[in-house]
Amino acid sequence: MSSDITVLYFARLREAVGTSEELMPLPHGVSTAGDLLRHLADTDEQKKFAFEGLDIKIAVNQEQATPDTAIAAGDEIALFPPVTGG
Amino acid sequence: MPVRIQPEVFDAGAELVKLTNGRPDIGASVTFVGQVREMSSGNSLHTMTLEHYPAMAQAELERIESEAKGRFDIQDVEIIHRFGDLSPGDPIVLVIATSASRQPAFDAANFIMDFLKTNAPFWKKEHAADGSHWVDAKSSDDAATQRWQK
Repeated sequence: MSSDITVLYFARLREAVGTSEELMPLPHGVSTAGDLLRHLADTDEQKKFAFEGLDIKIAVNQEQATPDTAIAAGDEIALFPPVTGG
Repeated sequence: MPVRIQPEVFDAGAELVKLTNGRPDIGASVTFVGQVREMSSGNSLHTMTLEHYPAMAQAELERIESEAKGRFDIQDVEIIHRFGDLSPGDPIVLVIATSASRQPAFDAANFIMDFLKTNAPFWKKEHAADGSHWVDAKSSDDAATQRWQK
């Protein structure tokens, strides 16, 4: 299993962050999706700005998740605004 | 295939025939088609781009289908959702539910659309004369989904 996590961004969050996908080692001290969001905002000004004021939904391995959902190396974590399909 | 995500247009009539042909156990079919509206948020809409998260969209629509089959006495479900560039009048989404009698088919189609609207990872970006903007989620859609959660 990969020691990296994949982070995906969609829609207006993808545009604000400036990328659709990044691969990174699971950051030290990060064990939940909420930890990851805080880590990303704390280490990248553009993400901090992108996340501000946005209702961010989280999916872990293609399933809806919450900030409390545990994440581990090899996981695919997607961050996106509320969906508007149909 | 009960769940399909595709850029191509679909033919609702042909899909209905395929689903019900040679099925005397089906007494009722409900077909819902969602289309791109011309007027959206006061501006004349020229085109729309539908972005999606492919792996999760497929998985989520299959979960919704499976949930509908568990809740309602239905025979079959078909869901098609498009992505890519669409114009006013273009069909976006198709839901067909079939059952022995009408009520489960109506309920299942309604249920599927409510959950699709709030849970399936698709995002609409509208391109109008005054520029492009992402469509905001509606609280009325959340309320529609909430009413099934009892």
